[in-house]
Amino acid sequence: MIVKLFFGIVGLAVAPFLGGLIAGLDRKITARMQSRFGPPVLQPFYDVFKLLGKTPSAVNAWLVLCSYLALMGSALAVFLFFYQADLLLIFFVMTISAVFQVMGALSVNSPFSQVGAQRELLQMLAYEPLIIIVFIGIALKTGSFSIEVIYAQQAPLLYSMPLLFLTLGVALTIKLRKSPFDISASHHGHQEIVRGVLTEYTGPQLAMLEVAHWLDVVLILGLCSLFWATSLLGMIVLLLVTYFLEILVDNISARLTWQWMLERALASGIILSVVNLLWLYALK
Amino acid sequence: MKFDLQKWINEGRLKSPWVVHFNCGSCNGCDIEILDCLTPVHDVERFGIINVGNPKQADVLLVSGTVNHRNKTALKNIYDQMQHPKAVIAIGSCGLSGGIFYDAYNVVGGVDKVIPVDVYVPGCPPKPEQIIDAVLVALGKLKASLEKSDEAPGQETAPAAGEQPAA
Ligand code: SF4
Repeated sequence: MIVKLFFGIVGLAVAPFLGGLIAGLDRKITARMQSRFGPPVLQPFYDVFKLLGKTPSAVNAWLVLCSYLALMGSALAVFLFFYQADLLLIFFVMTISAVFQVMGALSVNSPFSQVGAQRELLQMLAYEPLIIIVFIGIALKTGSFSIEVIYAQQAPLLYSMPLLFLTLGVALTIKLRKSPFDISASHHGHQEIVRGVLTEYTGPQLAMLEVAHWLDVVLILGLCSLFWATSLLGMIVLLLVTYFLEILVDNISARLTWQWMLERALASGIILSVVNLLWLYALK
Repeated sequence: MKFDLQKWINEGRLKSPWVVHFNCGSCNGCDIEILDCLTPVHDVERFGIINVGNPKQADVLLVSGTVNHRNKTALKNIYDQMQHPKAVIAIGSCGLSGGIFYDAYNVVGGVDKVIPVDVYVPGCPPKPEQIIDAVLVALGKLKASLEKSDEAPGQETAPAAGEQPAA
């Protein structure tokens, strides 16, 4: 119990640094793929500190409240993950963060922010079912939703559920705001309907949402790590390969419409996971 | 601890200037040169420079073209929406003085007739290298003002913008 609490707190303390570093490496590798030199690896930290130092000028109190709650939701989800809690609980807490982000964006009149918020909701509609199916698959295989039990498995889950891992990859692409699914807001220097759901967040509020995004990335990579829980080296290699593929897909694909995202992401994800689930069922 | 945070914020201010670009009736020559800076050849992202769409999220305002009576309110509005610390860079002969349009009936003149300008970039149009350099010069100015406000605590850390001439 105490050990788990310790893990949770240490994980939560390390996660923002890890997330920021991942974001920095992401930008650097992306730049290299576009034959540019790219920003320093610590660039995301500079951005966040600069945003913290700007004069606050939120349009209304909702924006401020929502940015705090979104950050708290993400932080709680990361804490629960390292605390090795229940996957379903983590799933619900993870949703809180995204929902408050949308609520803040909907509280202002700016059409960019409104459209961005609607698109963010559509994205949630696409990735949430996929993540829950992956969790169900994991529970079918291991007999438990508890991360502690899943990490104690003898063989890597990837062997028995490779298609479910691909499904999680689709959800990861949407959650990371990467092409072809970066329709609600954009990252790096890209623009989409100004800044989409993030348009009206400024200064310190934007900094908080940025940190919340880093935490989300760490959480989703953590979920990916469940698929290779037997050795630390295997886990790290799996995460590196996954993230590199994400960056590659981001750079070779264009941004597409939300209809395309809903159709393709949901359809391909559900087909992949149903095939995998049937296979698991047949083997039993 | 608080002092440390301030140090990091100052560091961030110097390393992450996000620019917003306003075309104040330019012939598009200057705008194309500004967008040129974003291409892989010049790659401004290595200085942390990002082109953002919302003035509220930006630190540096790039203005190209002559200010006229129709758009001077828009320019002032965009400038007012930006939060401290901020800097303004006027680009091209038109932005500096009105350029070849200086005596047209609808022209107010250079950007500094409406808002305080920190750095002027001459040329028709200026080279992309000059524009990148201007952003770095603006950062240098910002750094100097940050150091001054460190020596005299209690002062606002906004950049010391140029005096606003009477319009
Ligand atoms: S300075 Fe020259 S290139 Fe730039 S807007 Fe004026 S006329 Fe066009």
